Amino acid sequence: MKTHFPDEPLRSHTLDMLWRAQDEKGYIANEDITRIASELHISEIELEGVATFYHFFHRKPAGKYRIYINNSILAEFKGLRDIVRAFEKATGAPLGGTDPSGTFGLYETPCIGMSDQEPSALINFYPFTHLSPAKVDQIIDSLRSGVGVEFLANAIEDNIRYTPESDKTILLREFVPGKALQSLARRTPEEVLSEIKESGLAGRGGAFFPTGVKWELCRKFESDCRYIICNADEGEPGTFKDRVLLNRLPGLLIEGMIVAGYAVNACRGIIYLRAEYRWLLPKIHAAIEMYEHLGWLGADTPTKEPFRFDIRVQIGAGSYVCGEETALLESLEGKRGEPRTKTFFPVEKGYLGHPTVINNVETLCAAARIMELGYERFSALGTPITRGTKLISVGGDCNRPGIFELEWGMTVAELLELCDAPDPYFIQVSGPSGQCISAWDSHRRFAGEDLLCGGALMIFDSTRDILQIIRNFTAFFKHESCGMCTPCRAGNFIFSRKLDKMARGLGSLQDITEMQQWGQIMKRTTRCGLGMTAPNPLLYALDRFPEYFEQKLDSTRTGFNRSFDLESALEDYREAVQS
Amino acid sequence: MEKKPVHITIDGRPIVAEEGQNVVEVAKANGIFIPSLCYYPHIDPPLGSCRVCTVMANGKSAAACTTLVKEGMDVVVNTDELHDWRKAVVEMMYAEGNHFCPSCEKSGDCDLQGLGYNLGVTVSRFPHLFVDHLVDYNPQRMVIEHNRCIRCRRCVEEVLTDEGERVFSFQNRGNSTEVGIDLEQEAKLTHEQAMQAMHLCPVGAILVRGQSQARPRGDRKYDHDTVVSEVPLPKITALKPHLRRKKIVATTSLAGCFGCHMSMLDIDLELLDIIELVEFNKSPLTDIKKFTKRCDVGIIEGGCCNSDNVEVLKAFRENCDVLIAIGECSIWGGLPAMRNFVPLKECLVEAYSSATNNTESKLIIPHHPDLPEILDRVYACNEVVKIDHFVPGCPPDAGHIWKTVKSVLFGEKYAITHSEFKYD
Repeated sequence: MKTHFPDEPLRSHTLDMLWRAQDEKGYIANEDITRIASELHISEIELEGVATFYHFFHRKPAGKYRIYINNSILAEFKGLRDIVRAFEKATGAPLGGTDPSGTFGLYETPCIGMSDQEPSALINFYPFTHLSPAKVDQIIDSLRSGVGVEFLANAIEDNIRYTPESDKTILLREFVPGKALQSLARRTPEEVLSEIKESGLAGRGGAFFPTGVKWELCRKFESDCRYIICNADEGEPGTFKDRVLLNRLPGLLIEGMIVAGYAVNACRGIIYLRAEYRWLLPKIHAAIEMYEHLGWLGADTPTKEPFRFDIRVQIGAGSYVCGEETALLESLEGKRGEPRTKTFFPVEKGYLGHPTVINNVETLCAAARIMELGYERFSALGTPITRGTKLISVGGDCNRPGIFELEWGMTVAELLELCDAPDPYFIQVSGPSGQCISAWDSHRRFAGEDLLCGGALMIFDSTRDILQIIRNFTAFFKHESCGMCTPCRAGNFIFSRKLDKMARGLGSLQDITEMQQWGQIMKRTTRCGLGMTAPNPLLYALDRFPEYFEQKLDSTRTGFNRSFDLESALEDYREAVQS
Repeated sequence: MEKKPVHITIDGRPIVAEEGQNVVEVAKANGIFIPSLCYYPHIDPPLGSCRVCTVMANGKSAAACTTLVKEGMDVVVNTDELHDWRKAVVEMMYAEGNHFCPSCEKSGDCDLQGLGYNLGVTVSRFPHLFVDHLVDYNPQRMVIEHNRCIRCRRCVEEVLTDEGERVFSFQNRGNSTEVGIDLEQEAKLTHEQAMQAMHLCPVGAILVRGQSQARPRGDRKYDHDTVVSEVPLPKITALKPHLRRKKIVATTSLAGCFGCHMSMLDIDLELLDIIELVEFNKSPLTDIKKFTKRCDVGIIEGGCCNSDNVEVLKAFRENCDVLIAIGECSIWGGLPAMRNFVPLKECLVEAYSSATNNTESKLIIPHHPDLPEILDRVYACNEVVKIDHFVPGCPPDAGHIWKTVKSVLFGEKYAITHSEFKYD
């Protein structure tokens, strides 16, 4: 399986080189840094900067079995702490380190896209779901007795819970390889482009930019090679729709990329797959091989106009911000995944400076279906602004968590009933960067006209603590900020300190006012979308659940700061004079 | 080739710029000041990392340095809201770094400090984060003071060896992001290149050993350049009759050096006014130990380093209507807070046992029921009680303290001018 195209610069191999070193020893040693840096002709510190940017790269021995426990809020409510304790006890490794023998390394990691089967963990990037302390003991026992981790991993359920009537189901219908491609034999690229535009398809990653317009822009910029990049860096906590598409319909994605490639006259496609989904790699590789074997990839594709297209996969290394398209490009080029200064859009200067289309997995799959079913059928569905159907990953306090393909226009109440949520109270739409609604909002519709949803719905019932949810989200943003701009780097840190104070029952009305003001400043001054959306959890929650926050505030008005605790401030001294 | 002219407006003023120029450049060429820190003319594209140059372009907030002029663009630079946002970003830098200006080699030449003055930063609205950063003495020629680094990224982009390899690079991510230096590459820099790296750094994070105090006081960048125009001082007018009651003031020095109290005495002739207007209650000036009256204003010097400080401060909160914290120590801990990065026990062991001038090696840490107990770290006053006003400086200028107190006591508006709060 090709890992790179022949003339891609060596620098684009950086992540793969670091992965190879780590897969070999379990971590990246100093001599690896020295060797790889000299091979790439860059200074060691620059490579070190790349390696330390991604949280799955370890610069210290991290165990023969590296265990990454998902710490998303859904896992937290499903017993994350018990699972962590069980792993600590069974492996003898403390969280964030390895056991003395160096067999096990134990780490927490942001959402691994298993929200429908929490608690979950990755061990050497194989998935383990529905964990319980007893199951943890079993897994570790088996690993100790020498059973290969690949034999212990779960089969991952797709949990498809709902699709519309068969003529209205777009994505999750039966898939016959080649169906979308057959239509290319009868159409010129211009025709494909205009059909995608007519269909009304808009970016399914959450930004909802019109796909046809993006493709057309890219086509306009002169180049000898344009790129189609599939953004499979599904990092938004609570989202797992792309996991299901990749697991179930990798062929559909490939056909979508070929359709896009043909329409914009691109010659290459890259699937940027988040490291959390490394276990899907064999399946994706097999699909690519099949299409190559059938002569649809890597050879002259049977299209109306001559066309040749190649696809490879790039594995990320753990970074939410790489889902931002320009950060993704930096990462592909073997650099730190920092969002670029937006002087140019990727359609003009993207990967290696070539015009590049970056689309979400679901967008490309939908494009393939549009070619297969006809754009009229797609655009007849949904609402005037948002056409077609949308995959929503539902997790949390409901009896039927999983994937729902719904026609745009469905109400929140209908979806809550479909997923059987008995006591919905706080509902997070589109993950931490989205917004929360309360059960009172359930008349709202999933539609561009009302409530847009990038793909995740997290349901929390009335026993859940809102502050715990917000602290988890803020901790996530703090962990995932790229660190480049001041308001995001420092702002999320300051926010998390403030929320800690509130959690100790010491918040005041002033803290709330300040966080509202500071949140607005962050929104207006940060460099990319991450920092802009980071204050959302708190700002929306304050708006939707004001009564909850009133209870959380300090009602005594002494002017004493209750977060200052004299006794604990004196502990160190008392200990020192005693010893 | 002739560049195409582009017509824009800045704060309503029509301006002709050239295609491809960014808003910072255009504003500068037209005498309009947009503060910036990371911006460095020939880094292309500009980094947009510090966000201090945030303006409104066509109704949307954007960093001026990364915004290229477009025909008909409407740029807004000076509004109260934008001033506040830019100031907030600078305050964040002060909250996340550890900026001890009085002991910094770059003081007076520091862009961050200059901008602080310019934007009127007297105290950070954000809680100081007290993140422990290292000082890296490993490079042969340089010292990297991570406490001061604002991660502007200039050095990462600009400092290259003759072979084109980077000497500096960002490490880690999020709030752990820091600038790492490559020892091997650093050794390859020429003296001029190393000096250039030091000058490139807008703060005092990159220092070349033996060269760090390049300019004497008086010749430094911000010694004469006041950046903003002086605002005329409103006069405190004759007192309204209902304000004729003598105001009652209390003062104290907690973990401070009494320097702020000394500074208060420097108000010269105005002392005569004070006798007219003010009566002192609990204060080292009167030697009244316990509050005997409710006070209008309590003036606090110093932060809290021990249990006695906390007790006194709480008594001030209970007995005074308004608390004014004066001087750096009371505002965020100041020089005593330098111990906040070291565990208390280590400090005590160093002071009472390991220090080279200790004759006895046996460790005895003084403790007695009559002695106050030491806190785990030095706390700013507002971490312990609510503080109403802050007067920064080390020490604050006498006139400045008095004007603030007077304005608070008599409800007058008081604008601080640049020269009044420039201290070093």
